[in-house]
Amino acid sequence: MASIRELHEQLVKKERSAVEITQETLDHIQELEPKLHSFLHITAQQALEQARAVDAKIAAGEEIGLLAGIPIGVKDNMCTKGIPTTCASRILENFVPPYESTVTQKLLDAGAVVVGKTNLDEFAMGSSTENSAYQVTANPWDLSRVPGGSSGGSAAAVAAEECVVALGSDTGGSIRQPASFCGVVGLKPTYGLVSRYGLVAYASSLDQIGPFGKSVEDTAILLKAIAGYDHQDSTSLKVEIPDYVASLKPDLKARSKLRIGIIKETFGEGLDSVVEQAVTKAIEQLQRLGAEVHVISCPNFRYGVPSYYIIAPSEASANLARYDGVKYGWRAPEGDNLLSMYKRTRATGFGAEVKRRIMIGTYALSAGYYDAYYLKAQKVRTLIKQDFENAFKNVDVLVSPTAPTTAFKAGEKTADPISMYLNDLMTIPVNLAGLPGLSVPCGFDEQGLPIGLQLIGKVLREDQLLQIAYAYEQSTSWHLSQPKIS
Amino acid sequence: MTSATTVKTEYEAIIGLETHCQLSTNTKIFSSSSTAFGADPNTNIDPVCMGLPGVLPVLNEKVLEYAVKAGLALNCQIAKYSKFDRKQYFYPDLPKNYQISQYDLPIAEHGWLEIELLDADGNPKRKRIGITRLHMEEDAGKLVHAGSDRISGSTYSLVDYNRAGVPLVEIVSEPDIRTGQEAAEYAQELRRVMRYLGVSDGNMQEGSLRCDVNISVRPVGQEKFGTKVEIKNMNSFSAIQKAIEHEIERQIEAIESGEKIIQETRLWEEGSQRTISMRIKEGSSDYRYFPEPDLAPIEVTEAQLSQWRSELPELPAQKRHRYENELGLSAYDTRVLTEDVIVSQYFEVAIASGANPKAAANWITQDIAAYLNKQKLSITEIGLTPANLADVITRIETGKISNAQAKQKLPELLTGLSPEKAFAGQELISDPSVLEPIVDEVIAANPKELEKYRNGNINLKGFFVGQVLKKTNKRADPKLTNELVENKLNG
Repeated sequence: MASIRELHEQLVKKERSAVEITQETLDHIQELEPKLHSFLHITAQQALEQARAVDAKIAAGEEIGLLAGIPIGVKDNMCTKGIPTTCASRILENFVPPYESTVTQKLLDAGAVVVGKTNLDEFAMGSSTENSAYQVTANPWDLSRVPGGSSGGSAAAVAAEECVVALGSDTGGSIRQPASFCGVVGLKPTYGLVSRYGLVAYASSLDQIGPFGKSVEDTAILLKAIAGYDHQDSTSLKVEIPDYVASLKPDLKARSKLRIGIIKETFGEGLDSVVEQAVTKAIEQLQRLGAEVHVISCPNFRYGVPSYYIIAPSEASANLARYDGVKYGWRAPEGDNLLSMYKRTRATGFGAEVKRRIMIGTYALSAGYYDAYYLKAQKVRTLIKQDFENAFKNVDVLVSPTAPTTAFKAGEKTADPISMYLNDLMTIPVNLAGLPGLSVPCGFDEQGLPIGLQLIGKVLREDQLLQIAYAYEQSTSWHLSQPKIS
Repeated sequence: MTSATTVKTEYEAIIGLETHCQLSTNTKIFSSSSTAFGADPNTNIDPVCMGLPGVLPVLNEKVLEYAVKAGLALNCQIAKYSKFDRKQYFYPDLPKNYQISQYDLPIAEHGWLEIELLDADGNPKRKRIGITRLHMEEDAGKLVHAGSDRISGSTYSLVDYNRAGVPLVEIVSEPDIRTGQEAAEYAQELRRVMRYLGVSDGNMQEGSLRCDVNISVRPVGQEKFGTKVEIKNMNSFSAIQKAIEHEIERQIEAIESGEKIIQETRLWEEGSQRTISMRIKEGSSDYRYFPEPDLAPIEVTEAQLSQWRSELPELPAQKRHRYENELGLSAYDTRVLTEDVIVSQYFEVAIASGANPKAAANWITQDIAAYLNKQKLSITEIGLTPANLADVITRIETGKISNAQAKQKLPELLTGLSPEKAFAGQELISDPSVLEPIVDEVIAANPKELEKYRNGNINLKGFFVGQVLKKTNKRADPKLTNELVENKLNG
């Protein structure tokens, strides 16, 4: 499929209409979905209506923005007015939001064509999209493997060209790891850059919405459209949004010497050698492009996973308390009093992983355990932040593998939650520190599965991450490979 | 006195109040729905106060202002750095199953409130009640149970979320209160303060002021506190007083008869005038508080604080001191005048217009108050302006009209007749040269009565005075008439 810029040219020159592009995309989805299962709901009718509106604008000679008429996927944990939003959970099976999330409103205002809501791990809890209550999404590069998670539906849909770009959310790596597994670009912005209003909360202090694209430029265009202060989100930042797209350049030489830090701790036990080789080569390529490479230590990096699995479940245990069968969503019919209604609703409405995290979080916040768990985890979080601050005294950007392995087989890790959790080893500390992180394709393993390079930036330096990723992408050909879906 | 039965243990009660005050903002604490009372169920709601998936709270800035002002009025220290926390428990009236409240860093702490009680002789007794803390939080919705007044035993329950998200301040007192009367006075004073500030209407019937009482008793002299019992469900100040008095008695009786007081929550039953057990508390509930990640910490700058401080009105206790010390009013009058800030404002305009404070106080607390009561009016709704009241009072004091005349005209004055018109041509006749011939005339016309008087029936003096007043259409200066009549009769 063409890039956003190419499609935009076609639309403006009236070579193709938005309706044609949308219909072709819907047809493609129709064809692939039986194999991929990327989407939970396909919003064909709304998509065509939106496309017609864009065509009408073009016909009237009005100027249209870059995203107008562009097919886009939205992770099904962002509320869309009048369109089911399930978070891939039984408990929200029939939930249709009466309001629009800020990000999707921005997309609609930009004329983007939302073709559907993409699959995810239930309430974004997982690293393989296998925790969806409805379906398992396949990795387009190998249908027997997972697309990563929790934004696996969005990553797979972009990789398989079921949409041009997509929105995901990233709490501990849920955009970057699936981007790595599916061979696309994924960016988790600085905490507070993109409004969370309408994003169904998993862990409020970590959740952040971000873009997926086949190319760095597409990713930058989508980020520009969704970033910015929102008065409805008290944690959103009042900052100027730079032009992420205009600042993309094919090399790194023009700037003052770019200093890149390799996080020592991410190269060690548990890292696949093929991933290590690819990432090492990518770093050499960045050097050739003009970057100066340093080795940096983040000694507390390894405490990221354990502290994350206290903080995130703690917040989740409160955030998910509202699903009780009283007001909306699923209510178990058998309850004979309030307590049994609560219990049955939550027992049958939530999947195993969600229940596990609610229980961990409830325990961690309980009287007598709070100091030992929640408070301690918050202290570790501060130490991890300090590690990054120290590292950024000497370098501009940090690099690591995005994930320790390439995509694993469906079912391979479902019985072992800890090994599943370790998938997010490299990405979790970035969320704990609230920093921007990006995954860009940097090679394939011997089985043809994509590998991702993670770039971690200083607060609000998405522009820099995109510039580096763009220069790297333009000097390599990984992004040109296409999965062949059989 | 050696008999053991005559040695009676004396007990004292240790009482603390937890008061929830709804703040009178137009919109809810974290969203834009109206806070109006009495709307149809579930009409003042929005995605945020309903706790729909994905919504986020945004603090209403008025709530912070009102809470800080209330904190300042209660002589609290205002926290420079404060935050919200989530208090977690499951209940159908709580849309998110957690309440956004404040836990370890409340907006205000360490204050006090002065209350004033009148002793049997009407003398004021003042006492400071410590304020432990004041914090902001959201109210829950309201449950209506079918077939029972509680959720257990009802066939179904309906939830109205109009109240969910209405801003509250919770004010916790120190256990400084000793009697039901003190507790009721504390609650009333708190309401006065909130009303003076304009931050809450304090309407107990509508639930915008709700008091829970913590109470224990111990023998006088014992240092250790007795077991604490919580009482809820009091819908008036007198209910607070009666519930406490009943509960003190109940606890003392229980101790005297060797029973153990259990830590529990009891409900005040207005019908039977007693408290009944609602639930036994097993240890303290674990609300799993943790900092609210969706809201930024609250920082109150020095500039903002001094701005809000400068906007505080004169508070009820300050007014009481001023009325008693500077205006010389009785403690009783002072209480009546300061009870409602609009009454005190009326009074103050009247004295600024020249009325004698004591006279103004008398008029307001007696005749005007009786009229307001009877007509169910507020003092701002009557036709008699404070300036006109001052005019009437001045006329009396300068001898232009009598008190009786003023009272006679009061009904018309209250409905808007100006004193000028009311008393036109009604000035008292206080010139002896005008009055003397009239007195002579009356005496001459009643020879029989004169004779009886001179034979010793001195009570007949009143008859002659009355005749003079009648003849002058009550315009004769009563004092002067009295003097003249007496002189003539005896002369």
